[in-house]
Amino acid sequence: MRSSNIKETIALQLENGAAYLLALIWMLPLIYAFWSAFHPSEYATRFDLFAPLTLDNFREAWSRAPFARYFLNTFILVSIILCAQFILCTLAAYAFARFEFPGKSLAFGLVLLQLMIMPEVLIVENYVTMSQIGLVDSIVGIGLPYMASAFGIFLLRQTFKTIPKELEEAAKVEGCGPFQILWKVYVPLARPTYVAFGLVSVSYHWNNFLWPLVITNSVTTRPLTVGLAIFGAPESGVDWSIITAGTLLAVAPLLVAFLLFQRQFVQSFMHAGIK
Amino acid sequence: MIRRPSQSHIHGWLLLMPAAVFLIAFTYYPTIATLAKSFFSQGNAIKPSRFVGLENYEYLLTDEVFWKVVGNNIIYAATTIPISIGLAMVMALWVNGKLPFKSLARMSYFTPTILPMIAVANIWLFFYTPDIGLIDQVAGVFGISGHNWLGDPDTVLGCIIIITIWKEAGFFMIFYLAALQTLSPELEEAAKLEGAGRWYYFRRVIFPLLMPTTLFVLINAIINSFKLVDQLFILTKGGPDNSSSLLLYYIYEVAFSFLDQAYASTLTVVLLIALAVIAISQFVFLDKKVHYQ
Amino acid sequence: MLTKLKHHAGKWTLAAALGLGMASSASAVDLTMYYPVAVGGPLTKVVDGMVEDFEKANPDINVNAIYAGNYNDARIKALAALQSGEPAQTSVMFSIDIYELIEQGAIVPYDDVVETEEEKAWLNSFYPALMENGKTQGKTWGIPFQRSTIVMYYNKDAFREAGLDPENPPATWDELVEAGKKLTKKNGDTVEQWGAMIPSTGYPYWMFGALAMQNGQTLMNSEGNETYFNAPATIEALQYWQDLGNKHGIMPSGTIEWATLRQNFLEGKTAMMWHSTGNLTAVKNDASFDFGVAMLPAQKRRGTPTGGGNFYIFEKSSPEERKAAIKLIRFLTEPERTAEWSIGTGYLGTGPDAYATPELTQYVKDFPPAAVARDQLEFATAELSTFQNGRVRKLLDDAIQSVLIGDKTPAEALDSAQKQADRLLKNYR
Repeated sequence: MRSSNIKETIALQLENGAAYLLALIWMLPLIYAFWSAFHPSEYATRFDLFAPLTLDNFREAWSRAPFARYFLNTFILVSIILCAQFILCTLAAYAFARFEFPGKSLAFGLVLLQLMIMPEVLIVENYVTMSQIGLVDSIVGIGLPYMASAFGIFLLRQTFKTIPKELEEAAKVEGCGPFQILWKVYVPLARPTYVAFGLVSVSYHWNNFLWPLVITNSVTTRPLTVGLAIFGAPESGVDWSIITAGTLLAVAPLLVAFLLFQRQFVQSFMHAGIK
Repeated sequence: MIRRPSQSHIHGWLLLMPAAVFLIAFTYYPTIATLAKSFFSQGNAIKPSRFVGLENYEYLLTDEVFWKVVGNNIIYAATTIPISIGLAMVMALWVNGKLPFKSLARMSYFTPTILPMIAVANIWLFFYTPDIGLIDQVAGVFGISGHNWLGDPDTVLGCIIIITIWKEAGFFMIFYLAALQTLSPELEEAAKLEGAGRWYYFRRVIFPLLMPTTLFVLINAIINSFKLVDQLFILTKGGPDNSSSLLLYYIYEVAFSFLDQAYASTLTVVLLIALAVIAISQFVFLDKKVHYQ
Repeated sequence: MLTKLKHHAGKWTLAAALGLGMASSASAVDLTMYYPVAVGGPLTKVVDGMVEDFEKANPDINVNAIYAGNYNDARIKALAALQSGEPAQTSVMFSIDIYELIEQGAIVPYDDVVETEEEKAWLNSFYPALMENGKTQGKTWGIPFQRSTIVMYYNKDAFREAGLDPENPPATWDELVEAGKKLTKKNGDTVEQWGAMIPSTGYPYWMFGALAMQNGQTLMNSEGNETYFNAPATIEALQYWQDLGNKHGIMPSGTIEWATLRQNFLEGKTAMMWHSTGNLTAVKNDASFDFGVAMLPAQKRRGTPTGGGNFYIFEKSSPEERKAAIKLIRFLTEPERTAEWSIGTGYLGTGPDAYATPELTQYVKDFPPAAVARDQLEFATAELSTFQNGRVRKLLDDAIQSVLIGDKTPAEALDSAQKQADRLLKNYR
């Protein structure tokens, strides 16, 4: 009995050790980024506990690329997409959740199709469309293909369906029309879903790269990720100290928000995943 | 519905209209246009585009790079999908269990999700760089000689795969964690009373209960295995000799570096077909398991 | 018919007169110019400063200079502008984009735009090697702006340690192998310092252009419709490259990353590296050891391709705009400005006049490596540039990499690349 207890404890310790080791490995890129960004470049690939600390890399990175502008672009982009998604997805989800109309299930199937055929697959044709309507190299152009999000429609529809019909009936008795009902009953009650979807959407588009790379080509439209890619791979080769400083600058807002609101973040993501 | 059906029809469609316009413009129309374009040649100022039937597809069949890229993508999918799902499950069990400081571990697992791939790719580049990179430095401590990780066709795809797993496992973990937290704790106690070991309990109780989550995560993982190519832009550009190139990256290259949109459309059609096959099998399979209504 | 023609002519003169009238009353030409900066850094500020100086000197011309990222971005941007709004009148783009741009009908030759004898003389004021990538079909389409060549950086301290003369870097292929063997330091199985590294990702075709030229072979004709990938001398050159790693063991086998090579050199992991002159300033700033810069070694002769960006003038522009564009380009390529640009970046001064300026003369005197690239121009040739450039370039890149990773023999790889290139280019002959 006792020896089996000891065995079990050892096994548990080993398992815990493995869990921490994995956690360490998972953090390693970020740890390295901090190391290299805060030390002079001769220590970028050499690890010395007594290496001097410096902020020069951040200064250098900031002066080498228009990060302020990139931040603004990303911020505008994420905001536009989020607003449009909220409006479009709310309306569509409301339709799917509470209205009967011919072709509804076919329409819903078509919407779900977009979960598979995501905009990344269609970069070639969407680029042509954008150049036809003159939106190449515009922030709106980056956002357009993502605005009607199947994921958002799906998620909100599920949430709306769980809201008791009695509330709707009560609002109707008070003389509310469909839009008022949506605005006064459904939207407030679905708040956690909006927060969850909002977080998923913001972190997705903050980090999105391929389509923005294709569709932008000037400082005034380029989001952080594209700016960072151009900044990080110049013809003359990488300078890790400055690149990691730039990287930390770029991820700082999301990272700080995540560290501050870790619990809410994780909870929201979990919420978004529950079907 | 108390309202007259016709009014409900109109309201329903009106509400749907804005989203439908966007979906048509940026999903359905381009899908059809891509298909159409794959039957035409690439035009330019001198030679306008013309109908060529299946010529692009014939070229596709003889295109060695295409076949290599497809092979790579299959390997990429066949490794990243099961490994990242398996890891996600293990991670979720750990941070849901009695691990001390588990919120720290959870944070660490989840962090890659919020870091842009394109930014961390440069850091991974440092890990993989021969001789002066982290892996070779650590290996050097143990007297193992350095390896040209990204310059060797046998290891380069593996390097890319590891990054993808690192990036997505923590994201998937969250879904498992959500599912685990809905399981009642009595379940485990009951199993313990019956004298079931942890492995038996996991295999017979937890794993089946996690099945719907696994299916959902699976779809995400499949999509990612076609979509996640950002790291290639920084790390390898698909090289050496296309050893690490993936289908979407190749499409990008053909469309925006070779400026051959006709052939890029042909490649896109292949990708669309692959996704359609997956979507259909998922429909058939999922219909039995999960009910959306 | 005749009346119709007359009618048209009348309309045309009227329009021209109106146009002129408007131009003189508004008295300003607006120019939009895209430019890439491949080396990163605060160079955009240098360009902006130069453009500002130009506007001060020419108050009747407004220039909107837009930084367009890397070369690929600049090209896509320019081609997109061709189809839809936001037209640019001039741009700096990759010198090897020339055939693509001609094929798309995007650019006009300078010969059609320059008028005075003075301007014609200006066209001839650049180093001929730098003009090669800008000339085809008997016309000049590109004016050199940010141009580079490949040079060999070497670690003088390592040379001394290995008993080699640091002032006498290898000048032939055989000497390179010999020196490389002495410079390769091993500790058991682990190599602590390699003899040499030639990068083979990013721009393998560029590095290979040097090796082929040194073996007396160019990679393509000047019409851009024929490649010489499987010429015996080309195959030999690739064999030599492969041998450096596989046979002589002075270079790691597999491909060598372009982007991290400078770090390898600065960390002392390789005693020699081939890289762009665009790296000179960065190496100079960061090297903790005594380093030298040498011309690339010779087999049958010395050789290197040129690289970098040229000025083009777009077809979609009015005569006034073209004239203004010429003014701008002439201003930006004046010897003083080229000299300033060269000192700031390590790029080449584009003409002999630039090296005659007091600033650059002094700089070269204080820092002789800055002159190596210029002296090497005598042996330089055009960078690989053909119709269907993206594809043809990738064919060669893949062939080179497949040989370096040991999948194919040089003859196999280059034969197949040549066959596919022929298939692509036969329509242009």
